[in-house]
Amino acid sequence: MTELQASLLMLSNGGLMSYFFKGVAFTIIIAIIAIVIGFVFGSVLALVRNYCVSGPQRILKWLAVAYIEVFRNTPLMLWIFICLVSFPVPSIPVAWAEAIALSTTEVQLLFKSIVALVLFTSSVMAEIIRGGLNSVDKGQFEAGYSQGFTFVQVLLYIVLPQTIRAIVPTMLSQIITTIKDTSYIANIAYIEFLGRVFRMIQLAPMYTGQPTQNVSDVFVLCGLACAIYFTINFAISLLVRSLQKRQKTVRVAYAAE
Amino acid sequence: MFKAESWAALFRDYRIFLNGLIATVQMTLVGFSIALILGIILGLFSTSGKKPLRIISRIYVEFIQNTPLMLQALFLFYAVTFAGFRGFKPLVAGMLALGIYHGAYFSEVFRAGIEAVPKGQSEAAYSQGFTYVQSMWYIILPQTIKIILPPMVNQVVNLIKNTSCMLLVGGAVDLISATNAYAVGLSTARYAAAAYVFSGIIFFAICFPLSRIAARWEQRLKARDQQGNIPKKKNAPDNVSDAELDRMIGENSDGELASGTRENSSEGGGLE
Repeated sequence: MTELQASLLMLSNGGLMSYFFKGVAFTIIIAIIAIVIGFVFGSVLALVRNYCVSGPQRILKWLAVAYIEVFRNTPLMLWIFICLVSFPVPSIPVAWAEAIALSTTEVQLLFKSIVALVLFTSSVMAEIIRGGLNSVDKGQFEAGYSQGFTFVQVLLYIVLPQTIRAIVPTMLSQIITTIKDTSYIANIAYIEFLGRVFRMIQLAPMYTGQPTQNVSDVFVLCGLACAIYFTINFAISLLVRSLQKRQKTVRVAYAAE
Repeated sequence: MFKAESWAALFRDYRIFLNGLIATVQMTLVGFSIALILGIILGLFSTSGKKPLRIISRIYVEFIQNTPLMLQALFLFYAVTFAGFRGFKPLVAGMLALGIYHGAYFSEVFRAGIEAVPKGQSEAAYSQGFTYVQSMWYIILPQTIKIILPPMVNQVVNLIKNTSCMLLVGGAVDLISATNAYAVGLSTARYAAAAYVFSGIIFFAICFPLSRIAARWEQRLKARDQQGNIPKKKNAPDNVSDAELDRMIGENSDGELASGTRENSSEGGGLE
């Protein structure tokens, strides 16, 4: 019982908690960066894969297909390692690094792992967006052309708004996956949440005053991590479900008309 | 990265990668089996209509799907190790963690598959005196297989990609961990980039064919669904083989006009 009390002591340690919550903040920020850039890059990939189908443009299409398939069929961890050893990184001013309470080396590691995550996420995003584009009826294009719209106008005003509405639930599920994927960064640096939890499991005796690590340390720290990850992701998945339900009612309403 | 020297070194040390690959395949096979069993049980729970069973399956799925695999693997390994079982191997922990994690995804796949079979099928089976197990085994599950195979194969691809989950704990021998150990080794650090690319090629060679198969099956299923929705075009006998069906679908999309005119002309012929 005293072991458990000693482990629970960690939860009332203010310094430790702020260390963890900075990790949570990093996890969320990394995921948001990956999602936003991944969405932009993924949209380009999806559009190229779907609509650059004639003439010399086909080379672009094949490049997009190759990119998407390569990244979808290899593990994220491998890309983090590849970026780690071979991606060039700008030198980071010490002041910037201190502003987010990291060392310059850590900022460089963070930069490289974000690059890997962005590259990986954009391939998944591209497939989600392509699914949305394919769900838009072909007649929409024809109707747009018949009204004198150009291809770009049809895309911007008619097809993309419908695509985005169709893919919002899938996209939110992808945010959950990306938040979980950030945990792979724990393998190379203790920056995001899981990395910090892992480090504290190693260093637990420093905070519990016990001679060694105990099983209760593992339960307390992993329990905390579980609770936080679950809260964030479950909130998003509830949002997904309510959106899906609303979409279904909208579709039913249209069908009834 | 692309120097001949580093690739020669990789081929010289191929044993390291081969052992890693074997461990990854072992983890995949055992993890898949555990996930399959868990998935079937939980999938049946969630479609059983009994509230306590449904709640158990729901809690399991939500809890597992909303936390990272690495955290589960970490917890499993350290909880068992610090509880006194010092001989708990990371390889075994990885297999269990993969099975538990993907079991949640498999159960969702099974649930969707079972729900896609019309309810009348099980009612008809019960009316013929089938028990629950018999109706599942002979009537429902055979019909779900075609629906669940594509997402299932995609999940297997994810499972293969996730075999690196024990990297953090260390000591695991899966392909990525082995590559990483090779890449940070003193004498082999020069070949790091090539080593990672090499192991990436191995992963791609395994995962790409699987995802292609899944995509093909999905497309075929979709085409068959669409054909089923337009009864006029369905002039195929019921015992048609898959290859024949593919050919017909291809003809239909290209020669829609031709078949349409043929139908019209036969109707017109009746009038004349």
